[in-house]
Amino acid sequence: MNDTNSRAKTRGLWNDAWLPRYGAAIVVLASLWWTAYSCIQRLSSWLVYDALALPRDSHLGSALEFFLYDTVKILLLLIALIYVISWLRASLNAERVRDFLSGKKRGLGYALGAAFGAITPFCSCSSVPLFLGFTSAGIPIGITMSFLITSPIINEIAVVLLWGLLGWKFTVAYVAIGITAGMLGGLFMDALRAGRWLQPFVLESMKTPIRPLTATRQKLSVRQRHNFAWGEMTSIFRRVWKWVIVGVGIGAALHGLVPANWFAENLGAGQWWTVPVAVFVGIPLYSNVTGIVPVMEGLLTKGMPIGTTMAFCMSAVAASIPEVIMLRQVMTVRLQATFLGYLWGMFTLTGWLLNALQGVLF
Amino acid sequence: MIVKVFGPGCAKCKETEQIVREAAEASGVSVTVEKVSDLREMMAAGVLSTPAVSIDGSVVSAGRVPSKGEVVSWIATAACKQ
Repeated sequence: MNDTNSRAKTRGLWNDAWLPRYGAAIVVLASLWWTAYSCIQRLSSWLVYDALALPRDSHLGSALEFFLYDTVKILLLLIALIYVISWLRASLNAERVRDFLSGKKRGLGYALGAAFGAITPFCSCSSVPLFLGFTSAGIPIGITMSFLITSPIINEIAVVLLWGLLGWKFTVAYVAIGITAGMLGGLFMDALRAGRWLQPFVLESMKTPIRPLTATRQKLSVRQRHNFAWGEMTSIFRRVWKWVIVGVGIGAALHGLVPANWFAENLGAGQWWTVPVAVFVGIPLYSNVTGIVPVMEGLLTKGMPIGTTMAFCMSAVAASIPEVIMLRQVMTVRLQATFLGYLWGMFTLTGWLLNALQGVLF
Repeated sequence: MIVKVFGPGCAKCKETEQIVREAAEASGVSVTVEKVSDLREMMAAGVLSTPAVSIDGSVVSAGRVPSKGEVVSWIATAACKQ
């Protein structure tokens, strides 16, 4: 009996001591992570040129080194940053965003819609229920559109990858364009009174806005935040690691096999018309951010102008044929055409602008 | 008890349905599991992000795939209330 008592006590202590143990584990893991992160460059070049003894100036050697270095770096960055970001946004969900956005003034609403689009996690198959939930709560279509446009373009994975592969300037430009595209999109849709072109049943439901129960706001403990962040990290990582490898693989192949400036010399990449064509090709393509960023790096190093690259990649991420088919349930053809036309115009203008500024900014 | 799984049919939604069915079996309570892919019904239930799970009309989880243990405990709690 004494024995069970003391065991229960130890278990109690073990649970009480969760927070300090958690803190200690974080410190240990963070330092391990940092050590690993600072060794990647040396390790991958050692592996390629010493262990495998590939010649230092060979295409294969440099492609392989690039592949190893980039894959490991991105995977390490993803693990750490997804955990941290999920920890911070554990209490944010679609319901709270909706409650927050309903009843906001339009001007501010576009900015907030786009900003929330950037920070909320969002599975593309949720786009239709989310769209309906927002409009039926009385949120104007423009604000919903701002959210919908920015959401697929910006997420934590995109930011991590861009930062790791292309540096902070490019990351800032990408995020700024993503948010601006969302805000202007919302403004544009409201200016056209695009709400008219929703499917009739959506219009019907907007006449009697449902006042949904406001989401209950619960205070989260550190442990709950940890559980959420851990779950997010493992599930995102499981889903994404293969795309990182595929994306970096394509990037590495471009890096090692395509001669420098190949795009500039062969595709007439500096011509003005290449931007709208690149966007036109990018829109129906289905790609997620994880796969496209390493490809972007490859394109850039081979002489594709920055604006063309950015415009192409953003249009590939922002819209796709499956998404268009899904949104067809709530939008009429006219609204979809306006939506896609807007994206095409917006990304083309962005591409031209960045190409013109390339010498100044990058 | 009626447990509904909301989702337009993506991979995550199918995974959730599978988990909910297994949990219903494991819970030992008599549970009817329904898969809802109709948009209007989702809207009426107030579901914003999928996959979502509701038990007897109240949404217990949205926007993520719950674990089997979680679903079992939701079903047990709902059974207690009855």
